[in-house]
Amino acid sequence: MAGSNPNAKPMDLTLKVWRQKDRNTPGQLVTYPVKGVSPDMSFLEMLDVLNEDLLLKGEEPVAFDHDCREGICGMCSLFINGRAHGPERGTTTCQLHMRHFNHGDTITIEPWRAAAFPVHKDLVVDRSALDRIQQAGGYISVNTGGVPDANEIPIPKTIADKAFDAATCIQCGACVAACKNASAMLFVSAKVSQLALLPQGKTERKTRVENMVAQMDIEGFGACTNTGACAAECPVGISLENINMLRREFIAAKATSENV
Amino acid sequence: MNWFTKTFSSTIGRKIVMSITGLFLCSFLVVHLLGNLQLFKDDGGAAFNIYSDFMAHNGIIRFMEIILVLGFLFHIYDAIVLTRRNKAARPIDYAEQRPQENSTWSSRNMGLLGTVILVFLIIHLWNFFVPARFGGLEGVVIEDVEYENLYLRVMESFNVWWYVAIYVISMVALAYHLIHGFQSAFQTLGLDHKKYTPFIQGFGYFFSVVVCLAFAAIPLYFFFFK
Repeated sequence: MAGSNPNAKPMDLTLKVWRQKDRNTPGQLVTYPVKGVSPDMSFLEMLDVLNEDLLLKGEEPVAFDHDCREGICGMCSLFINGRAHGPERGTTTCQLHMRHFNHGDTITIEPWRAAAFPVHKDLVVDRSALDRIQQAGGYISVNTGGVPDANEIPIPKTIADKAFDAATCIQCGACVAACKNASAMLFVSAKVSQLALLPQGKTERKTRVENMVAQMDIEGFGACTNTGACAAECPVGISLENINMLRREFIAAKATSENV
Repeated sequence: MNWFTKTFSSTIGRKIVMSITGLFLCSFLVVHLLGNLQLFKDDGGAAFNIYSDFMAHNGIIRFMEIILVLGFLFHIYDAIVLTRRNKAARPIDYAEQRPQENSTWSSRNMGLLGTVILVFLIIHLWNFFVPARFGGLEGVVIEDVEYENLYLRVMESFNVWWYVAIYVISMVALAYHLIHGFQSAFQTLGLDHKKYTPFIQGFGYFFSVVVCLAFAAIPLYFFFFK
């Protein structure tokens, strides 16, 4: 493997993995040994090794979400040893490497836990609740016509940066998973802030925040206690400032919008 | 539901109610503490008894008393509604959790701390507020005027070691409740700014520790020195 450390010794691990047949069958933690794990492997590659073993034994492989394996798509999840996306800060599970674990470790792997994220199978949860919140208002209306010039609407650099930071949310759901209340406030706030900060988002500004917060409540997410766990566990570093901006948007919209 | 009830039954709306009532209750703590500092006056309780008589009979105070009760009721009611909702939002808990890696203990245990404070409040009201307000105290004459001797009740109560212990433990719970709650209340109202938030957080910590230390000093003073 290119760039691998020749001194890195393979590790033997014990995994406790949540196994659940389907949405309606109760699940349980099942213990599996995994031998010869390279410290250069990503966490997902380590699970691939486990699944190859299981397939050879004729057992059902562990289902888990993954796609780009580059830390940008937001598909991978996993609650690893009591932390969303594992023990490292600012990283997705696919970018978590086995060098952060030691030979002989026992690793507990659970799915995101939230009423709004029902378990499909094993470690795969249904995160479409976040899509429905997005559909409730996380868009802008653009009239068709000629392509506008890129610099036609002046946007101060500081505002553009804040909007971009909010827009880096990859919708992975780690904020919900890490929050003791399974609250989706950090996710919703990133989406609301991103659009409220920019001129293009002003048209639907008030209705957007009202509808997105209403959908968030309908989906059964909890309320925000300002523990800060979400931002601490967010793989892309979405700031708590967004949650405060969401509240300002919400208060202003409720006080002044035409929606009665 | 109309827009108003929709707003205040949403999760953010309920937190706004928690925040405003919480800050209002903080302002009550200041008034309550300033009045009670008269207990440290070495005059056999004359100043304190005159003050408590004023508090029990003044019209404005009686009106504010109703607002205060409403403040407590809304704070407690929304806390219960939100806690139930938050529990329901995660029906199956994690087998392994390491929340200490991402948040403070007090921020995760506001409900527990609040419950300790509520139990304390009931004991406290039963012992002092109910007799002072509805009768049941001995009389005392100060400068030819008859007053109810609340000071005597304070002295008797705080000579019981377990009663003092309840007070001190409750003030520790209140301090932790406020250390998270004070600054959190500002965040809930969306009031954060690079310039002011560090001050609000620092002041909140200072406020929580000083107010609770001063309250806890009262029973300790009576137990050891009176």
